[in-house]
Amino acid sequence: MRPLDTAYMWDLIPVIAGYVPLTMFMAIVAMVGALTLGAALAIVRVLRIPVLDRFVAVFISFFRATPLLVQLFLFYFGLPQVMPALTGIDGVTAAIIGLTLHFSAYMAESIRGAILGVDRSQWEAAQSVGMTRGQVLRRIILPQGARTAAPTLMNYFIDMIKGTSLAFTLGVTEMMGAAQKEAAGSFLYLEAFLVVALFYWVIVETLSVGQRRLEISLGKAVAR
Amino acid sequence: MSCEIEITGLVKRFGTNTVLDGIDLCLQPGERVAIIGPSGTGKSTLLRCLNYLDRPEEGVIRVGDLTVDAARAKNADVLALRRRTGFVFQNYALFANKTARANITEGLTTVRGWSKDKAQARADDILTQIGLADRGDSYPAALSGGQQQRVGIGRAMALDADLLLFDEPTSALDPEWVGEVLDLIRRIADGRQTMMIVTHEMQFAREIADRVVFMEGGRIVEQGPPEQLFGRAQDDRTRAFLRRVG
Repeated sequence: MRPLDTAYMWDLIPVIAGYVPLTMFMAIVAMVGALTLGAALAIVRVLRIPVLDRFVAVFISFFRATPLLVQLFLFYFGLPQVMPALTGIDGVTAAIIGLTLHFSAYMAESIRGAILGVDRSQWEAAQSVGMTRGQVLRRIILPQGARTAAPTLMNYFIDMIKGTSLAFTLGVTEMMGAAQKEAAGSFLYLEAFLVVALFYWVIVETLSVGQRRLEISLGKAVAR
Repeated sequence: MSCEIEITGLVKRFGTNTVLDGIDLCLQPGERVAIIGPSGTGKSTLLRCLNYLDRPEEGVIRVGDLTVDAARAKNADVLALRRRTGFVFQNYALFANKTARANITEGLTTVRGWSKDKAQARADDILTQIGLADRGDSYPAALSGGQQQRVGIGRAMALDADLLLFDEPTSALDPEWVGEVLDLIRRIADGRQTMMIVTHEMQFAREIADRVVFMEGGRIVEQGPPEQLFGRAQDDRTRAFLRRVG
């Protein structure tokens, strides 16, 4: 067994660090998109909006039951063949769309569960003062559900950050792609992939600290 | 005799079970009505139907110039009815994500479209009335049962409803908090607020009500002024119930 080339690893740090912004950009844009879409899908399900409800059920089922990589390939390589407007879609955009749709399906189910977990009396109390169903959801139910859903949604965000590495398969040079390129030149695969693994680890751990803070602040409302 | 609030032929079924079997009631302006009767007899359902928390199958509810017919009530009618009927829940049901003050302002800003400042001023006024001027920033979880129920009452008061509905407002309370909640309801009653209260506190019903309604099996069996209903009830069922509850 040869020793680790630590000097090479040190040199790689600034190289990989240069791609952190792109990875985080994809993850954050996809997170905002997935949260928004997921909440909308959850509301359609909770309010049992006719017809739309059926489409949403199929949508969620499809995106949860097929691998993210397959979905990304569908968007990037498959759809442009039948939809010329998508020809030349860049890898970053395709990855963001894929991550958004994929994770919105998961998030919709968590958000729906969180909404249904809010006590029925909260609905009734809000309706009794004359609020519409939309107002009840926005003002009373979603804020309370957010607290329940936060840990799960944060886990999805973490999954999503790691999921951005699949953009590499669409030809995007993000953290993983950069590591792969470096390794291809130096043949020091272990070092290159170890460095990129450590980067993901540090990013996710940093976020976990933020997650605990967020949960504490969301929990305040019901604390004594 | 003009009815400010008129209920005609109200029917509510849960599946094949008829819970309200044709309720007719007429309330004079400022009248305070207590509803008593055995458990599972439709008292709470009647109140809930008046706020459309339960949707009746048949019947007409008129509050002032607003008429809501179960046969063709649209969403807008239901919302309009709810603005005119304040509801106090047995389990308080305060908005858990809002402070005591925000529980009171919520309906004013979101439903009535009041400005934040106006609603705050109104809430502070109500917090004083319910004896919680210093607890406006507390969340429900930090309040005692009695305090929570007083906020629940304050939330209903804030809407200036034509009719206040109290659904067993002290049943979920520890005995030590019952007195303060009854005192508050008594003061509201003294202000000649039109109200209906479902209660198991017979002494309280006798004290504040202009009229006591005895229900059984989804129907009104007998009604009258407290001294008449408690003193010389006509119907055997009423007398049997009053004997049981002492």
